[in-house]
Amino acid sequence: MSTSTDNWEQVQATAKQVLGDNVVKFIESCRAEPNPESQLIAVLHKVQAEYGYLAEAHLDAVAQLMQIPAAKVAGVASFYHYYRLEPRGRFLINICMGTACYVKGADRVAQKLMDELGIRFGETTTDGVFTLEGTRCIGTCGLAPVMMIDDKVHAEVTPDQVPVILEKYLDQVRRAGSETSGRT
Amino acid sequence: MFGEIRVFRQRPFDGNSHNLGEIVGTVQDRYQELSGQAEARRQEQLATNPILIQVGSATCEHAAGSREVFEEFRKHIVASGRDDILLHQTGCTGRCSREPIVGVFVPGQIPIKYERVDRELVHQIFTSHVQNNQPLLAHVLDGPVERVYAFEFLCCGSHRCGWEEGANLEASLPGLLKDAGVDLEQVNIARASCFGACSSGNEKTCSHVLVKPDKVLYRVCSTDDLKEIIEKHIQGGQIVDRLRVGGKTIGRKFFEIYGDVAFFNRQTRVALRHNGVLDPGSITEYFHYRGFQALAKVLDKGDPNWVIEQVKKSKLRGRGGGGFPTGNKWTMAAKAAEKIRYIICNADEGDPGAFMDRSMLESDPFNVVEGMIIGGFAIGASRGFFYVRAEYPLAIERIQNAIQECRRHGLLGKGILGSDFDFDLEVRLGAGAFVCGEETALIHSIEGERGQPRIRPPYPTESGLWGKPTVINNVETFANITAVINYGAEWLGQIGTPSSGGTKVFALAGKIRHTGLVEVPMGMTLRELVEEIGGGVVGGKKLKAVQTGGPAGGCIPAHMLDLPIDFDSLSKAGSIMGSGGMIVLDEDDCMVDVAKFFMTFSQDESCGKCTPCREGTTRMLEILERITHGKGTLEDLGLLERLAKLVKKSSLCGLGRAAPNPVLSTLNHFRDEYIAHVADKRCPAKKCAALLRYEIDPQKCVGCTVCARNCPVTCISGSRREVHVIDQERCIKCGRCAEVCRFNAVLRT
Repeated sequence: MSTSTDNWEQVQATAKQVLGDNVVKFIESCRAEPNPESQLIAVLHKVQAEYGYLAEAHLDAVAQLMQIPAAKVAGVASFYHYYRLEPRGRFLINICMGTACYVKGADRVAQKLMDELGIRFGETTTDGVFTLEGTRCIGTCGLAPVMMIDDKVHAEVTPDQVPVILEKYLDQVRRAGSETSGRT
Repeated sequence: MFGEIRVFRQRPFDGNSHNLGEIVGTVQDRYQELSGQAEARRQEQLATNPILIQVGSATCEHAAGSREVFEEFRKHIVASGRDDILLHQTGCTGRCSREPIVGVFVPGQIPIKYERVDRELVHQIFTSHVQNNQPLLAHVLDGPVERVYAFEFLCCGSHRCGWEEGANLEASLPGLLKDAGVDLEQVNIARASCFGACSSGNEKTCSHVLVKPDKVLYRVCSTDDLKEIIEKHIQGGQIVDRLRVGGKTIGRKFFEIYGDVAFFNRQTRVALRHNGVLDPGSITEYFHYRGFQALAKVLDKGDPNWVIEQVKKSKLRGRGGGGFPTGNKWTMAAKAAEKIRYIICNADEGDPGAFMDRSMLESDPFNVVEGMIIGGFAIGASRGFFYVRAEYPLAIERIQNAIQECRRHGLLGKGILGSDFDFDLEVRLGAGAFVCGEETALIHSIEGERGQPRIRPPYPTESGLWGKPTVINNVETFANITAVINYGAEWLGQIGTPSSGGTKVFALAGKIRHTGLVEVPMGMTLRELVEEIGGGVVGGKKLKAVQTGGPAGGCIPAHMLDLPIDFDSLSKAGSIMGSGGMIVLDEDDCMVDVAKFFMTFSQDESCGKCTPCREGTTRMLEILERITHGKGTLEDLGLLERLAKLVKKSSLCGLGRAAPNPVLSTLNHFRDEYIAHVADKRCPAKKCAALLRYEIDPQKCVGCTVCARNCPVTCISGSRREVHVIDQERCIKCGRCAEVCRFNAVLRT
């Protein structure tokens, strides 16, 4: 696709700065194909995979580079549950709120998580370690109730196991912390 | 026009090692060439690695630890120095609660499957079974078993099998074996669902039996036939060619491996026939299981109308929930004046509690791709899209791999299999919006818009993606297409009921003993499915209801369990077939709470475009919350019902129109529970916290003070060795006291 604005070089330069080379390259490859605007959802996935969330600056840069109205980009980003508009913590806890998990007590596990972490769904702990989210069914209903921390699935979780599981992750943070302080 | 001789383009088979160059021939020649090469590679591999260890690999298997198991086997094989073992991955069988599942197949022996394998068990399996030929009987899938049998008779349990009134292979075999002097301890006799061998007009004149480990399928028409098999095959080691059924029948590969497991052998596997059988990443394996044979047949015939006729004849109805006849949908698009058309696979499986599509995409991706190519040919599309949820990374990876492999082998792209049919596929990701399962919303999402539905008509078959005629089918529908072409429309049509042909896959979950994926013929009763295949409710509790169809479905009470499962019966009972989620609820589940759960979901997922759905779901949720918090009145029930009917009638799309179903069906079948909540302020299932009352039983309390120390609002009084008392005014009903009491002294009423 040809350039679309008279300040195209400037648009590209700003976008590169905000989105990074990877995302810009991806957007440009999308623009080379038919119906490029239909790739908006894929582009936002790419940005989120790179930065963990979609910041306002990201959305603006995507709008400019894809030549899609900023209002539409913001509309799409806020419509879909999968997109996160706030930065996330080091570990992302996703508790499955699907039917099978609910019937097997996911609500009690969720309550325990909220009590332990002192945050509600969609929030991040003040130390930036955990973000808690409820997710739609992740399709492992045979193992309900299920909790995912990043990519690791914890199956058949009981409220009592919650502190033990969290402790393991906190331990990781502490170990990483002592390593860095040891080095400096 | 497709059958004629034409010149093929240059296209390598695998990487750079082969080059077909300019081959002249028909579509069938090209197919034979490809499948022949794939088969040769497979045979070569089997000749050097006759022992097969297969490890389950799907999202659920990985969650249970199958990747570590695979790695551990790899290390053991390397360390042992053995070069006759092939380690490969397979999809998910659907036996979720027993994963990871590992199969060890040694030539000449009954295949052994192990359940819940971990690294420790890998070591035992390898040293004992693989190295010393001593299977671990205690860890066999759905075991433990007492022994490994030398032979196994798997009898067809289909109602079409049997040559005379009352003839029963299963019952007559033990006697015949005994008379012949065979040690009964050496033989296992089991019954399975239809093998699919009965298509050739032999209904009610014969029966079928699969003899393992030789994997020979016999057609038996009299007791003498059975005697001959026992004498020649079992005792003499000779295959009885006269009775042998050739060809690859549909259920056979699956039953050869899993036929002895009760959970599996009552099922009829069509869409799931390759799950747990083949390696989902390997096109070679797919070719072996009749892969692309249906496509070759279709392109060879070169007549889209023939394909549509076959689909119509099979009585296949859309498996995504709507149940619209697939053949009719294809006809509408094929007849459109516009020549640019699209085909879409709806893999936006958003129903909480459903994972059929994920399993099919992860375990048999090539089959779904082939079904789509055939669909594209039938309606005259040249571009197709997979719309997959972003929450299914492994399914996306496997579909992408399948598409690439197909392109590499000339099965996608320009001039498929040398015909003049051009078709290509793309994967498009969803982003977590349940409403995108609705077809017009899905189209908007592919176009890069917010996934909001629009008014129909025009239907997508007339004006869909970018305004062009578009067919949208569910994953399971496409998975059935190859079976329709390969095994015959009549054959599929005669499974199931007169109005709904074929099978349906369900995701069994909730309070049931055997959770997992099951595929059964339409028309099977709920009771058979839940009690016989699912093993009934866990912990001796009483079944209360079965929820089908997810947030758009309803609850079917226990007394209606003899209902046959098909589109029409379920909708008559106030529920829907839906995409196939099936949640079993027991006496501990509160039906008002279940209705509230689904309403929370629908309210959250309502896209906000039309008022009845946006406002209606919100208000219904408020009423349900009032009721479960003990603040509801009898008038609320009338209000709820009126509102539910209004939303059902006036919403724009399927989401809003179906959202009241859980409320209406529970109001209909479980009104007494609602009345208990509003009139008596009581939750019969003891689930709604606000309606509970905690009291300490003075007979049981020993005065240990544990409850008082754990109470978050310190409303429990009493000193050491004295009976404690809960202050009902201050109690927040958190249930902590009941959890910590070691003497069961805290009563919940």
